[in-house]
Amino acid sequence: MRLYGTFSGTLVVAGLAIIFTLLAPSIFEFFTIITLTQVIGLSILALSLALVWGFGGILCFGQSAFFGIGAYAYSVAAVNIGGSTGAIFIAILAAAIFAAILGYFVFYGKVSDVYLAVITLTVSLILYSLMRRTSGPEYKIGKALLGGFNGTGSPPLNVPGNGSAMLFPMQTFYVSMAVLITAYVFTGWLVTTKFGRVCVSIRENDVRTELLGYDTRLYKLGLFSISAGIAGLGGVFFCVGVTRVTPDVFSLGQSALAIIWVIVGGRMTLIGPILATFVLYFLTSSLGSQQVFNANLVLGIILVIFVLLVPNGVVPTIAGWFERRRTKRYIRQKERRMKLRKHRATG
Amino acid sequence: MARREVVLETRNLSMHFGGVRAVDNVDFELREKELRCLIGPNGAGKSTFFKCLTGQLTPTSGDVVIRDIPMTGREPHAIAGLGVGIKTQVPNLFDGLSAYENLWLSARRWHGDKRASQLVKETIERLELGEICSATVGSLAHGQRQMVELGMVVAAEPWLVLLDEPAAGMTDEETYKTAELVREINKTSALIVVEHDMNFIRAISDIVTLFHQGSIFMEDTMDVISADPRAREIYLGHKS
Ligand SMILES: Nc1ncnc2c1ncn2[C@@H]1O[C@H](COP(=O)(O)OP(=O)(O)O)[C@@H](O)[C@H]1O
Ligand SMILES: [Mg+2]
Repeated sequence: MRLYGTFSGTLVVAGLAIIFTLLAPSIFEFFTIITLTQVIGLSILALSLALVWGFGGILCFGQSAFFGIGAYAYSVAAVNIGGSTGAIFIAILAAAIFAAILGYFVFYGKVSDVYLAVITLTVSLILYSLMRRTSGPEYKIGKALLGGFNGTGSPPLNVPGNGSAMLFPMQTFYVSMAVLITAYVFTGWLVTTKFGRVCVSIRENDVRTELLGYDTRLYKLGLFSISAGIAGLGGVFFCVGVTRVTPDVFSLGQSALAIIWVIVGGRMTLIGPILATFVLYFLTSSLGSQQVFNANLVLGIILVIFVLLVPNGVVPTIAGWFERRRTKRYIRQKERRMKLRKHRATG
Repeated sequence: MARREVVLETRNLSMHFGGVRAVDNVDFELREKELRCLIGPNGAGKSTFFKCLTGQLTPTSGDVVIRDIPMTGREPHAIAGLGVGIKTQVPNLFDGLSAYENLWLSARRWHGDKRASQLVKETIERLELGEICSATVGSLAHGQRQMVELGMVVAAEPWLVLLDEPAAGMTDEETYKTAELVREINKTSALIVVEHDMNFIRAISDIVTLFHQGSIFMEDTMDVISADPRAREIYLGHKS
């Protein structure tokens, strides 16, 4: 099995995504396109978890903490600045810096990996209950009211430099897709760099990586922060899509969903979790609109099925089929050639 | 002849696990370009001593000094970062990666992409790893894995090399190859080699340090050590 795919593969997928983006308006209804923006935000969250967990081996159960921080930071900053462009960067930075501080204590405090999962989840749940308590008028940052469990409004995207020129839903969709594709290509590139390969080697064997002279804690901290920044970016597009952000972004359910997307899509790939986010989102929302099955129950069953039957996730499993078919064909050809040679030799 | 400079030194080094004195007050010196074997029966404390040198264990007391820099209790990456190549007793590889990638990760720590690739290529030729270089390391035989680990040490061009049982579990041919390689590495680096195999030690070493119950029992040539009745009892007695 290849542990990191090739960058040309990433570019091919990116090309397909661009084609999808251009065709989407003629395939989907307008309402679906509007919904897509928030799903794109969620899929960026899945991508960030695939990076830190799949490639770095750091199981960050509370990845949605950074997602939520991004969403809140964007909303507050955009209201105060009166524009979205700077607010997006503030959101990325806020999530990344928060992760850097948290990660410093975790990695340099030599906390074991299991506890990292618990700690990040706990942080997310603490933020959840903190944000729920911010309902009074005294809880405001600049002009933005935090709004307790009702959350706070998230301003739409605008033309860079012109805070009053809002983007239309269709334009917002294009921008979100462009950001998703950029984030995907960036992570796909990152895992092929020295930094990315060292992160993979840490996942494989951190003691060995350390003994080769790499400061594994620093690499982990770096990867953790970068992936948090990406999760924060996901939070931006999620809240822009929904038009507001509530403490639910920090909830246990949100954290669990991200894990499910990555498991179902395949945690050794970057595209798998993105696709799984889209598919499962539309599956559960279509289940939610009828009354026969409970959507969460179905999601739970899907997770159990995947953990038991398709533990590598969809994309690596399908890739494996192709790989095996190719190998089989190669072996058949070789056998045929050998037979032919034998035939000639004897005949 | 002027004596060579001391490159690695321990002073009163001790490592205790509860009541077990795995390493007890060890004073040790290694000089530039020296090749030193550590021998001793199982449980003598060789690996524990080794791990204090590599930073995998923080000694209970005493000092580790490398090139006059106090390194006691520093992290392994800081010690390896001085240019020290390390191979531990337990096989320690990136099992999911190919042999090539294993070597690359080692060379790339010190060199740019191009030079690293070149070093990997040279190492593959030198250790005759060509046939297995694209195989996943986890699928290789034990001896081959040991060879890849040695390759990782070589590919980094260290000036000081620490090997804990490099020939363990190897075939005779592989052991011979390893001995050759160790001697060759010794042309440019100082080495500490922990080993059991007597023939291997005879083939490579000059001065041997005999560990017994956490302390240095004796430090001399292999011939002198094997002629000493007490040393024979400690080492050979336990072995048979
Ligand atoms: N992590 C540990 N915890 C407790 N005791 C240990 C540990 N590591 C080694 N020891 C003990 O220290 C002694 C020396 O072991 P070791 O250094 O592995 O010996 P050698 O490598 O010479 O065979 C043994 O008695 C061993 O049981
Ligand atoms: Mg040992």
